[in-house]
Amino acid sequence: MSLTGTDIRNLCFATLAFAICALLPFGDNGYWLGLGVTIAMFTTLATSWALFSGPTHYISLATAAFFGVGTYVTGLGIETLPFWSLVGLAGLIGAVLAALVGLATLRLSGVYFVIFTLGLAELVRQVITWVQNNTGQKGLYVLTDLDEAGIYWWLLGLAAVVFLTGWLIGRSRLGFALRIIGDDETVADHSGINTARAKVLLFMVPGAVAAMTGAILAPRYVYIEPSLAFAPILSFQVVIMALLGGASRLWGPLVGVIPFTFLLEAVSSNFPNQTTLVIGVAFLVIVYLLPGGFVGLLDKIMYRVNAKERS
Amino acid sequence: MATPVLSLRGVTKRFGGLVAVNAMDFDVAEHEVVGLLGPNGSGKSTTLNLVSGLLPLTSGNISLWGNRISGLPAQTINRKGVSRTFQLVRLLPSMNVRENVVAGAVFGHRRRWGQDAQDHAEQLLEKVGLGGKGDMSLGQLTYIDTKRVELARTLAGDPKVLLLDEWLAGLNPTELQIGITLIKSLRNEGRTIILVEHVMDAIRSLCDRCVVMAAGTKIAEGTPAQVLSDKEVIRAYLGDDDA
Repeated sequence: MSLTGTDIRNLCFATLAFAICALLPFGDNGYWLGLGVTIAMFTTLATSWALFSGPTHYISLATAAFFGVGTYVTGLGIETLPFWSLVGLAGLIGAVLAALVGLATLRLSGVYFVIFTLGLAELVRQVITWVQNNTGQKGLYVLTDLDEAGIYWWLLGLAAVVFLTGWLIGRSRLGFALRIIGDDETVADHSGINTARAKVLLFMVPGAVAAMTGAILAPRYVYIEPSLAFAPILSFQVVIMALLGGASRLWGPLVGVIPFTFLLEAVSSNFPNQTTLVIGVAFLVIVYLLPGGFVGLLDKIMYRVNAKERS
Repeated sequence: MATPVLSLRGVTKRFGGLVAVNAMDFDVAEHEVVGLLGPNGSGKSTTLNLVSGLLPLTSGNISLWGNRISGLPAQTINRKGVSRTFQLVRLLPSMNVRENVVAGAVFGHRRRWGQDAQDHAEQLLEKVGLGGKGDMSLGQLTYIDTKRVELARTLAGDPKVLLLDEWLAGLNPTELQIGITLIKSLRNEGRTIILVEHVMDAIRSLCDRCVVMAAGTKIAEGTPAQVLSDKEVIRAYLGDDDA
């Protein structure tokens, strides 16, 4: 597979963009860096979420489950293992968990899959709570010398890996197979595609990435407990941001994450009790006004402009 | 007849108490075009669905070149060389015409990828009469063109056996002639085809042999002329009075 001129230009542009983003901690170490961490975190989560849910149209609410598992990997292992190996381990566990969930549920369609993934986060949370209650533990302290800038760079690196993975999948047979599955699964079956395997393989990507994100962010929380690590709101935020941007392009979720993070930031500082309300309203707006997200809106505008030029 | 490409033995499909296909037996030889006829609801499409793996068999056995394919998932049957169109055209709406055809070439019986798959798709589009329309979106196509895209996708994996489920249904008289000519060209290439069809003109000019079904059972088998004058067949279509 050879690279075209456009591919090389896009790669250079993306590398440059990441390099500029990596300079943020040198400019500011407080408010803006904190916001940068949040944006990097949601970009990673929403982009990897869209890699699977964009083409297949399966809405997964399992992000919180994988994320929580990741934070616990760091929480339990930080005393004994180096941080980088914990991130890798979390990715591995996330991928295996996603494969198991995928094998069990990807034959389910539509709403059943959504409910199962939502229930999964709750299930894992209850299991950990139960274990903690039985061992008399309440939560875990995560004490490292990793500062905010370190976390930011880790997340940025992970985001770069996610974008690269998404780009490679988009050019691969697997990516093409998933587009066919998303359009018509019966046609996919009758075109020789092993649909179950393709879906499980791709579902492992957001599983691994969400777990790694959780592992990287654990030091930021310092003290982790199940209700924090497995907060279901995280799953919903990821879905809304990805859909707001548009899940049909690799860069789509990013376009949703940035404005939504600023919006949430503004709301939570001015009206701390109305955050959930904003998420709800945003969801309605997306469903009614922007069904394809910003990407869909852009496509529509481009189509109109082209149509005008033609006529 | 030499070793049949496809053979059905005692193929049965029950939906609850309803026996949709009852102990069907027939063979298809290489380069042969077999028509599957019968009144509405006689089990023709269900038989095709059993061959392609869309539905599992209740009992019986389907084999391709002597190897059992019944019980295998649809994707495996497709890879082994059985490819089909659908009664209601199924295309991939997010893709353009060329990508729809490439979709059949990448994972099928014979696999292609990249430029190879693109070129192959282009050739097939030319063959089905859509040359130069590769970049169009599906919304811009006429009804017969959507059928052509589906046919090209089905051919893209170089299948050994082609299953056409009422491919000519719903076409106007002019389109019908074009359609028959197209299927005839596939026949002249020596392809092995099973077609479910209602259009009698098409059956007469395309089929080497016909299998007629009524209420899930095979009631006649032979050349088109033979089966169309068969008493049982006339009774199945028109009732006792006309037989």
